[in-house]
Amino acid sequence: MIITVASGKGGTGKSMVAANLAWSLAASDPVTLVDCDVEEPNLHLFFPEARAVVTPVTIMVPDVDPDRCTLCGDCARFCAFGALVAAKDRVLFFPEHCHSCGGCTIACPVGAIAEIPRPIGTVTERAITTSFRLVTGTLNEGEVLAVKVIQKAKDAAGSAAWVILDASPGTSCPVVETLQGSDVCILVTESTPFGLHDLALAYDVTSQMGIPSGVVINRSDGKDEAALRFCKEKKIPVLAVIPFERKIAEIQGSGDLISRRDPVWKERFRAIGGACRALWEGA
Amino acid sequence: MIRFAVVSGKGGTGKTVVTGAIAQICIRSRVMVDCDVDAANLELLLNPQILERKDFYGMEAACIDPGICTACGICSDACRFDAISMVNGTFSVDPGRCEGCRVCRLVCPSGAVSMQPRIVGEIFYSQTSYGNLVHARLAPGAANSGLLVSDIKKMALSRNNDCDLMLIDGPPGIGCPLIATITGTDHVMVVTEPSVLGLHDLERVVRVSRSLRTQVSVVINKSDLNSRISGEIRDYCRKKELVFRGEIPYDEAVMEAVRMGRPVTEYDVPASEAIRCIWDNISQELW
Amino acid sequence: MRICIPSKGPEPGDLVDERFGRAPYYVIFDAESGTTESYKNPAAEGMGGVGPRAAQFLLDKNVQVLVTARIGGNALGALKAGGITILLYDQAGSTVRDAIAAYKSGGLKEQ
Repeated sequence: MIITVASGKGGTGKSMVAANLAWSLAASDPVTLVDCDVEEPNLHLFFPEARAVVTPVTIMVPDVDPDRCTLCGDCARFCAFGALVAAKDRVLFFPEHCHSCGGCTIACPVGAIAEIPRPIGTVTERAITTSFRLVTGTLNEGEVLAVKVIQKAKDAAGSAAWVILDASPGTSCPVVETLQGSDVCILVTESTPFGLHDLALAYDVTSQMGIPSGVVINRSDGKDEAALRFCKEKKIPVLAVIPFERKIAEIQGSGDLISRRDPVWKERFRAIGGACRALWEGA
Repeated sequence: MIRFAVVSGKGGTGKTVVTGAIAQICIRSRVMVDCDVDAANLELLLNPQILERKDFYGMEAACIDPGICTACGICSDACRFDAISMVNGTFSVDPGRCEGCRVCRLVCPSGAVSMQPRIVGEIFYSQTSYGNLVHARLAPGAANSGLLVSDIKKMALSRNNDCDLMLIDGPPGIGCPLIATITGTDHVMVVTEPSVLGLHDLERVVRVSRSLRTQVSVVINKSDLNSRISGEIRDYCRKKELVFRGEIPYDEAVMEAVRMGRPVTEYDVPASEAIRCIWDNISQELW
Repeated sequence: MRICIPSKGPEPGDLVDERFGRAPYYVIFDAESGTTESYKNPAAEGMGGVGPRAAQFLLDKNVQVLVTARIGGNALGALKAGGITILLYDQAGSTVRDAIAAYKSGGLKEQ
C-alpha cells in the first residue's frame, strides 16, 4: 500500500514520522521510503552509512540546428515561459525557464529544433537493509521542475508491501504530485493554532483528491483539544499523538530514530501502519 | 527603510514566532510582510483587520470549447502534462494540471482552444496594532512561484515607504519563493534549531543568502534541546564568519502565547528575554 | 535609430518605469522621423521568463537602443546578443519626454 506523509505546515515532523514508520514496518515487511521533498530532501541523514546509487533525472529541451534555423523567431514568440529569444545571429536558450512542453519543436516552421536531454536532478537509491530501501529525489538548485523529479522518484520506488512517500510541506504543486495515486495520507500536525490552520488547508486537498486521511499530532503538550475537535468534526481518525519530550527531541535531532532505539516506539509506529491499512480497507 | 527578512532553511524552527515578537517589541515604524504564502501564519499572531483583497493570477490555463471540439484527440496526445482527457464525448483541460504552455492551442486543427485567466491566489492588505501587514494565500496545487512573494513585497513598499522597517516572515526552503523573499533585503536573520536536519538546511540557506549579497546573521531557537548540536552550529558560524546573534531556550510559554494568538514577548518569560536581547543587538547595527 | 523607453503609460508625458521586463508599456522613439509609438508590454503580466520575452518583443520591433534603470541578467544577455545597446537612465520621477531628451543630449552611459 502507498502512504504519503504530508503536512500543511513545515517542521511538524513529517520526516520523523515517515522515517520511523518505514523503519518499524521494515522489521517484518518489504518497505520503500521515498523522499519526495526534492528541493530539500533529508531522510538520508537518518541513514548515513548506506551506499548510494545515483541516477540523473533529465528533461527534454530544445536544441536549435543553426544551419536550418532562419531566425524567424516563431519559437521565441510561442514560448510561454521566455526560454527562447531569436537574436540577430542565433537563437538563445534560457534552460531554467524551459518547462519541456515540446511546443517550440512544433512551432518551428522549418523543423530546425530537435530535443536533447538536460539533467535537472537525481534519483538516489540506498539499500538500508534487505527489506528496506530509501529512494531520494533531489532537484538541482536553481531548477523549478520539481514535479518531474518527484515522478521519477516514485517510478524508481516501484512497488513493495509498503511504499511511504515523504512529501514537501504545504499544498503546492509538488505536494499534489506526490499525493497522486496514494492509498492513504498521514497528515502530521502540531497542536498549535499554526498547526491547525495549516492542517485544515492540507485536509482540503486530500479530501478533494479522495484520499482517505488520518492525523498524527506531534510534539503534543497535552493540550490538543482544538486539533482533536477539528478531527472529530471532519471525521478524520487520529492515528497517534506523539508527546513532546526532550528525550525524543534529542534523539531525533541528533539524526537517530526513536523506533530504532526503543522497541516500544517501534510497536507504536507499527500500529500506525496497521491503522493506515484499516483506514484504507474501510474506505 | 531597512528590509529585514527572517528565514530558516528547515521549516518549524520558529521563524514566525520570532517575527511576531519583533513586530511587537520594535519601536520603529514598520510594515510586516508574510512571504510564507504556502502556509501564511503570521496573521495568527498579529490580529489583522483586512482592508483590501486582490486576486492573484497565475499562468493562463487552456480551455476547450466543447461546441467546437471535434474530439480528434490531437491536443491530448501533444500535452506533456496529462492535463487533457475525454469528458462527455469531447476533450477537456484539467486546470489543476495545465501548465499554460499553449501547445494544445498550437496543434488544435479546429481552433477550439483558448487561454483563460487563472486565479491561483489572493493578496490581503491589512492593518494591525504594530503597522500594516501584507499577506497572501496561494491556492492548493498552485506552482509555488516567487512572483506572489515579489508582488506582496512591492505592495508593502509602495504603500509604506516612509516606514523605518520592512519586517518579512520568510518561507522555508531555498527555492524560488525564498529567493524572491531575500532579493533586495538589507539583512537576513536565519532562525535555526539544534538538529541534524536544522544544521543541514542552515548551511544551504546561508549559501543562497550570501550569493544574493545580503547581510546574514544566525539565531538558534530551542537551543537547549540539544546542546551538542547547538555547539556545532556556533562552530559553523565561526568557521563561516557568520554573525551569531544568540540563542533562545525552549520555552513552553511560546506554545501558550501562540494559542492565545499573541506574540510571545507580551509575556515575561525566558524566550521573550532572549528575543529582546537579540533584537536590541541587531537594531543597534541596523540603524 | 529606434530607442525604447519602458514606461508606466503610453503618452510622452507618462512616467518612466525603472524596470525593463515588467514595465506596462514600451514607448519607441524613432530618431529619424522624431515620432513615437507605444505598445503594451505583452510580457508584463507573465509568471516567469519575462526578461527574455520582453527582449524578443524589442527585437521584433527593430529597436536598437534601450534606455532603462534596471534590467535582469537574462534580458541583458538576450538584448546584447541581439545587438541592442543598453543605456543607463535612473532619474526617479521623470517622464518619457525627459528620457528622450536625456538620450538626445548624448550623456547616457552604456550598461
